[in-house]
Amino acid sequence: MYSFDFEKPSTIADAVAALADDDAQALAGGQTLIPTLKQRLASPEKLISLTGIPELQGICTGDNGALCIGAGTTHADVAAGAGAFPALAALAGNIGDPAVRSRGTIGGSVANNDPSACYPAAVLGAGATVVTNAREIAADDFFDGLFETALEEGEIITEVRFPIPEVANYQKFEQPASRFALVGVFVVKFADGVRVAVTGASEEGVFRWREAENALSNGMDAALIEGMSPNADDMITDLHGSAAYRAHLVGVMTRRAVAAAN
Amino acid sequence: MPKDHGIGASPKRREDIRFLTGEGNYTDDMNVHGQAYVHFLRSDVAHGRIVNVDTADAAAMPGVVRIFTGDDFADVGSIPCGWLVTDRFGEPMQEPAHPVLAQGKVRHVGDPIAAVVADSLEQARDAAEAISVEIEELPAVVDMASALQDGSVKVHDDLKNNLCYDWGFVEENRDAVDAAIKGAAHVTTLELRNQRLVANPMEPRVAIGEYSRSTGEHTLHTTSQNPHVIRLLMGAFVLGIPEHKLRVVAPDVGGGFGSKIFHYAEEAFCTFAAKAVNRPVKWTSTRSEAFMSDAHGRDHVTKIELALDADNNFVALRTDTMANMGAYLSTFSTSVPTWLHGTLMAGNYKTPLIYVNVKAVFTNTVPVDAYRGAGRPEATFQLERVIDKAARELGVDPIALRRQNFVTEFPYATPVAVEYDTGDYVATMDKLEEIADLSGFESRRAESAARGKLRGLGVNCYIEACGIAPSNLVGQLGARAGLYDAATVRVNATGSISVMVGAHSHGQGHETSFPQVVADMLGIDADMIDIVHGDTSKIPFGMGTYGSRSLAVCGSAMVRATEKIIAKSKKIAAHLMEASDADIELKDGQFTVAGTDKSVAWGDVTLAAYVPHNYPLEDIEPGLEETAFYDPANFTYPAGAYACEVEVDQETGKVTIERFSAADDFGNIINPMIVDGQVHGGIGQGIGQALLENCVYDDNGQLLSASYMDYAMPRADEVPFYAVDHSCQTPCTHNPLGVKGCGEAGAIGSPPSVVNAVIDALQSGGHDVTHIDMPVSPSRVWAAMNQ
Repeated sequence: MYSFDFEKPSTIADAVAALADDDAQALAGGQTLIPTLKQRLASPEKLISLTGIPELQGICTGDNGALCIGAGTTHADVAAGAGAFPALAALAGNIGDPAVRSRGTIGGSVANNDPSACYPAAVLGAGATVVTNAREIAADDFFDGLFETALEEGEIITEVRFPIPEVANYQKFEQPASRFALVGVFVVKFADGVRVAVTGASEEGVFRWREAENALSNGMDAALIEGMSPNADDMITDLHGSAAYRAHLVGVMTRRAVAAAN
Repeated sequence: MPKDHGIGASPKRREDIRFLTGEGNYTDDMNVHGQAYVHFLRSDVAHGRIVNVDTADAAAMPGVVRIFTGDDFADVGSIPCGWLVTDRFGEPMQEPAHPVLAQGKVRHVGDPIAAVVADSLEQARDAAEAISVEIEELPAVVDMASALQDGSVKVHDDLKNNLCYDWGFVEENRDAVDAAIKGAAHVTTLELRNQRLVANPMEPRVAIGEYSRSTGEHTLHTTSQNPHVIRLLMGAFVLGIPEHKLRVVAPDVGGGFGSKIFHYAEEAFCTFAAKAVNRPVKWTSTRSEAFMSDAHGRDHVTKIELALDADNNFVALRTDTMANMGAYLSTFSTSVPTWLHGTLMAGNYKTPLIYVNVKAVFTNTVPVDAYRGAGRPEATFQLERVIDKAARELGVDPIALRRQNFVTEFPYATPVAVEYDTGDYVATMDKLEEIADLSGFESRRAESAARGKLRGLGVNCYIEACGIAPSNLVGQLGARAGLYDAATVRVNATGSISVMVGAHSHGQGHETSFPQVVADMLGIDADMIDIVHGDTSKIPFGMGTYGSRSLAVCGSAMVRATEKIIAKSKKIAAHLMEASDADIELKDGQFTVAGTDKSVAWGDVTLAAYVPHNYPLEDIEPGLEETAFYDPANFTYPAGAYACEVEVDQETGKVTIERFSAADDFGNIINPMIVDGQVHGGIGQGIGQALLENCVYDDNGQLLSASYMDYAMPRADEVPFYAVDHSCQTPCTHNPLGVKGCGEAGAIGSPPSVVNAVIDALQSGGHDVTHIDMPVSPSRVWAAMNQ
């Protein structure tokens, strides 16, 4: 990697101030950024570590019953501490391997918005709220295509608030090499409807599969979406699967998630 | 006899103590005083003409010692190929030059253009980025069939075309095979690709070159399976350094799987540069570099035809293969698709007529060479797949079809020029049926069906030629080296022993198993014996470890040397006990005079050899050290039968391996635990090839599977608990231990049974699928079901 300056602030305010520098970049768990740096594919002059900020750590229950997860909470801690939202805890517990789960954070993953990452499906599927140092952003307004989000320069995620659903389930079909999601589907049922979020499949990143949501509004029954799959035109084709295969898998994984959620 | 650590015992591997506690001494663990670091600037295009390499700015950067380009190696030899293949018209293969650093052209992504030597690795990398390289990009040749077309872009401008050789074997049988196929009652044809693989040993390659101006001695520490071979190739062919001025050391090596047999440009570079800059020069490969600079494996495209008579006897076999050489000829690349592949096409069967054609092709890709099994997996896969396909076409049981055609009498001379000395294929198949519980398969299939899964059973046999190889034979076939091995048994005054062996252990457990042999022969404790390996300054000679040869060849040399030790010891003992040599017996470390209670201990004799006060100096020399070279009389022929059961998820195409059983005949066995481990690891790699691994280039020669994000390695949760049995033992008839070798069997024997099982599962579910190329990935299985 190239040389860089390193700061490790202990408050959100200090971190935001440090990130006001155009040459600074935030470093969360580093599970994407560090390998990128080691390959010399990024050259930030200054890294601002977010791992020393107590305000970003931990899991609690909000006033409205939402599960509030500090952005700096690791996947392992979410897996162990998000018992109020079992589908989310299970998702976190199956990201990467133990080393990744011990370092990687929910805020880092959501901010990175890797098109094959698991967390974006949970955030979008659950209709979570992404809280930053400046504002609150609804999940539907947050994700903006591959590696793109609504975050402004220097804005950092401080917390993700998940409303607790009636039932939910996440099904991941793993890409054989990376074990990222070749297709991952997060299905959530609230009193007022069903949300289906898909990761790994689309050229546009995580998305809501509205047809399935509409079909499932008549009940959480996999039979209601039998034979359905999204349009393959927008799906990714790569070494590990064609667009048609991914579209097919979205249908399969959605039905499995619906069946498992019940 | 020391039953707890002699032949047949399973002591735990003594070397694991240091490996598991971080005390191993790998090449990258070494740092030499004053060392500089080299970073290679590698081509990011697959094919191009080098117009200009401007190093002026880079050379002025902090810490830079010197920057080398191809011009600096104008007077240095080409990296040699170790095997000259003669084509079917009697002409030698086309053999292009392989410069240490690219000269004139780059020919694959990763081809080194320049090398920066600097005080630190980061400085070397920084400077490499400041080198200005102007390359006129040329169209890349990636696909082998395209490369062979008239008018194709040539990888090497000075060659006639991209064809390295067109090999026919046995050429005299060509017409007879054609006629037999034409007149056969049934012919089964299969076209397949044995995909390109990356070896991926856990330890990447490392090289440290050193030079002493005062003595003129070069030292190379390198991650090699065969340091003497590197000394020979690099010293004699590339750099012109005589043996007594070149020491090559391969200390602890973290796996090789074939990829560390070969002499690589980076080794020659570090040796050369250390003298040029008068500092030690160290290179450590990154994993990314390994993907584009370690020799790859396999990459064959094959059409195979099996002809049967009306009674389902095999009557003829014909194969056509294109074998990818990559951009240059790696050390043993040319032998893999020919002599290590064509000679195995008879398999375990008495097919009377066989013809093998192989066209070796240059492409703009990383060179391809031996990878665990090396030619034999490619032979086994196509043969065992086409037999399975034939059984399905004929509606006969695939096991019965195999049994019907087994070779049952030994020795057996195949129509492809080798002679199996011994074997019992019926016994291993019987054993397989037992340990795999094949009679219970239908109930397991029903149980899978109840869960909505398709269950399939795949079986195959394999045979391999190991213990390479008789030097006079391989010399006739084009090898540019002998393939014997050597060992020195040095008995010390107190009776402890150091055995200097030419084999190199990089995961095989030699440090445990080799002493077991000597301990058994002498009847002393194995703890009194250590082996020394991996250093040309310490061992007599050695051709190294590959082709499952270590015990069969080097172990035999060790036995011969130990026999010399025993003979001399008996003379000493006879003198001490005032008896005749012929009356001395050695048992449990005691020398006795037959028929008496007179005895002396091992330690009394060894002490006498070094303190020869009471010693037959007029008859024998003091000291107790013997060396033997051993050249094998034949290959060894391990063989066996494997069975795999899979479940296929019809919705996703995902294949899971539910059971895997292996019945092997390795002849005699020294350490059953180590043999189990070798088979387990081999099957793991075979499953990796069958289901997961795939090295893929795009049409422009860019490596798409260039990291673990896209190259899928097998992991523990993808393999089942294996049922492994090696109780069927027909000892090798021509080496003193009766051993055959076990290092590659798992990787050779397992891929066909996995694919056979997937096809069985799909056909049981009504899917008209007769073949899927490896890796049998979920997307490929789904596509086959939905074609």
